[in-house]
Amino acid sequence: MLNFADTNLSDMKNKQLLLGDEAFALGAINAGLSGAYAYPGTPSTEILEYIQENTLARERGIHSYWSSNEKTAVEEALGMSFCGKRSIVSMKHVGLNVAADPFVNSAMTGANGGVLVGAADDPSMHSSQNEQDSRFYGAFALLPVLEPSNQQEAYDMAAYGFELSEKYRVPVLVRFVTRLSHSRAVVVTDEPTAENALHYPVERPQWVLMPVNSRRRYPRLIETYEELKAVSEESPFNKFIEAPDHSTGIIASGIAYNYVMEAFGGNPPYPVVKISQYPLPQAMIARLALECGRIAVIEEGQPVIEERIRGLLGAPVEIIGKLSGELPRTGELTVEAVEKALGIQPKERRAMPQVVVPRPPALCQGCGHRDVYNALNRALADYESPKVFGDIGCYTLGYLAPFNAIDTVVDMGASITMAKGAADAGQHPAIAVIGDSTFTHSGMTGLLDAINENSPITVIISDNLTTGMTGGQDSQGTGKLREICLGLGADPAHVRTIDSLPKNVEEMYHLFREEIDYKGLSVIISVRECIQTARRHKK
Amino acid sequence: MKKDIILAGVGGQGILTIAKVIGIAALENGLYLKQAEVHGMSQRGGDVQSGLRLSSDPIHSDLIPLGSADLIISMEPMEALRYLPWLAPDGQIITNTVPLVNIVNYPETEALDAEFDALGERVTAFDSDEIARAAGSPRSANIVLLGAASPYLDIDADTLRDCIRQRFGSKGEAAVEANIKAFDAGRKISLQ
Repeated sequence: MLNFADTNLSDMKNKQLLLGDEAFALGAINAGLSGAYAYPGTPSTEILEYIQENTLARERGIHSYWSSNEKTAVEEALGMSFCGKRSIVSMKHVGLNVAADPFVNSAMTGANGGVLVGAADDPSMHSSQNEQDSRFYGAFALLPVLEPSNQQEAYDMAAYGFELSEKYRVPVLVRFVTRLSHSRAVVVTDEPTAENALHYPVERPQWVLMPVNSRRRYPRLIETYEELKAVSEESPFNKFIEAPDHSTGIIASGIAYNYVMEAFGGNPPYPVVKISQYPLPQAMIARLALECGRIAVIEEGQPVIEERIRGLLGAPVEIIGKLSGELPRTGELTVEAVEKALGIQPKERRAMPQVVVPRPPALCQGCGHRDVYNALNRALADYESPKVFGDIGCYTLGYLAPFNAIDTVVDMGASITMAKGAADAGQHPAIAVIGDSTFTHSGMTGLLDAINENSPITVIISDNLTTGMTGGQDSQGTGKLREICLGLGADPAHVRTIDSLPKNVEEMYHLFREEIDYKGLSVIISVRECIQTARRHKK
Repeated sequence: MKKDIILAGVGGQGILTIAKVIGIAALENGLYLKQAEVHGMSQRGGDVQSGLRLSSDPIHSDLIPLGSADLIISMEPMEALRYLPWLAPDGQIITNTVPLVNIVNYPETEALDAEFDALGERVTAFDSDEIARAAGSPRSANIVLLGAASPYLDIDADTLRDCIRQRFGSKGEAAVEANIKAFDAGRKISLQ
């Protein structure tokens, strides 16, 4: 297995400058990938984008397409695995919540062809609503987790992960974080291998998760997880690095390992256990605890390892980390935070001048969401206590000035269902604002609820013909939104369409007023191509 | 050799193009490189930065530690100052002086100038939009800044020109020449 730090770059021919996301994607292609499934979400989007643009992937006809949501993506990949082929799924961390049902149950079916589920966490919430740590899902589902610490490992872990998945016949979770997904480095690549031939699972009953089969499967899965603990001890990505000063021992996982190395100029005085494969290598950790009086746990995200080893090691060993307060409980790790926890004097630095003020993101000039909010705010000014339920996408920025137009944003699709719940509680006007891609991701099922009860809500689908926030990926409902609403049973008289343009704001105002006053379910589809994708299409 | 560079600006100003050109150069010179980028929500007109680390030895952290950046290259004056905590004591700032005002509480020009004055010779501040226009390439203010930063990069100017050719080659010879001119005009400013 290649080790980036030990590789002499000038000797290598096959080297490329790749984002962590891209390195993983290329690693998968070169390891005989047959299908890639994803729903766009920062910081995971570039995995599928890379596969779509890759020459070999095109030549081989590797299946790559944006799925409607993360759940459908995992199921599609599992179908490919059932047929013996290698597949990957990619999503942001909260996407794994959407995909949790097939993901957790895929441990029960197991894998035939190798399956890698890439989940990209976003500590510091650069572009997300929470800081959840995907590693929890690994232990929860009893599946192995790989956590690359650099771009080379992200590349190497694709081939390694497929082999692991096929040898132990379980899907493998690959955990990314923003700073790896969106950081570029030189990656040494190898020759592509062939795709798997079509072949079916030997253990057929476990793919039918009826109680009779699942009861037989579950003890076997637990046994496999025990075997995987032994595999972690021997993993090329986990290592015990010896050092003379045993007053402290360090456990550093994934990208946090880099911050430890940076803080000590590449030569930590204390022993370090580097972890990039789970379940945890317990013997390595036990040895560290035996040899060192104090353990510092440095990990990006939530204190997953720290919580586990507190239970494992008991009282005699002092453990410092996020739970003990030496490291900050929220936000991304930094070199400075690690230095502070390990008692290293930080470098001198200047302060940020007070004259510098925050510059929050905003909707683009020429964006149709602006016209929707301008017309909506005017319409709602005519009512005493209107409530607007927002959703996930560029239009979430409608919460900020100058619009201040949204009362809630929770998760993909929650605008429609929360507006319905509010209407059930007696709220009027109850407005849902949702984008086209979010609507087909998770809005359609909620709309069916509202249609079936003819809930007095107004659903505005602000359709920009793309998945805008993540940079303009295909949106599954483009050109079919009206038909989808009618197909679900919406009253054709109350499914209205308008172009969201500045010149139409007056007309939009009247349309919104009419449909708000209608005491039943209405859908307004306001259409205008995303200004970013429109510019690209012009070129 | 070790250079830690912060590229700063506002979403859409083209800082990643600067990063890309330097990245190609690093690859050609057999240097290690790490480049952290900002994608997602901030790209919609918010503040964006990219941390670019070049070294002849392996690089550990993707993030540049505070107090250790050799260079801040900024497309916008207030954004240059945002990253002052990262600047090394002997680090250099290369910044455009044209403000991008998309917020209501944007500071007065005099207040920004006072901060740059206090930093003295650590700062090269100039109107890179104007230099780009004068060079006949109004959209190449980013490459003008790259030119102005080039004497501080420890990378041969001809190598950088080659990399500009590689980066813009697909857009035709006119685009290549315009950007080389922009690069040279910027470089002249720092060498004066």
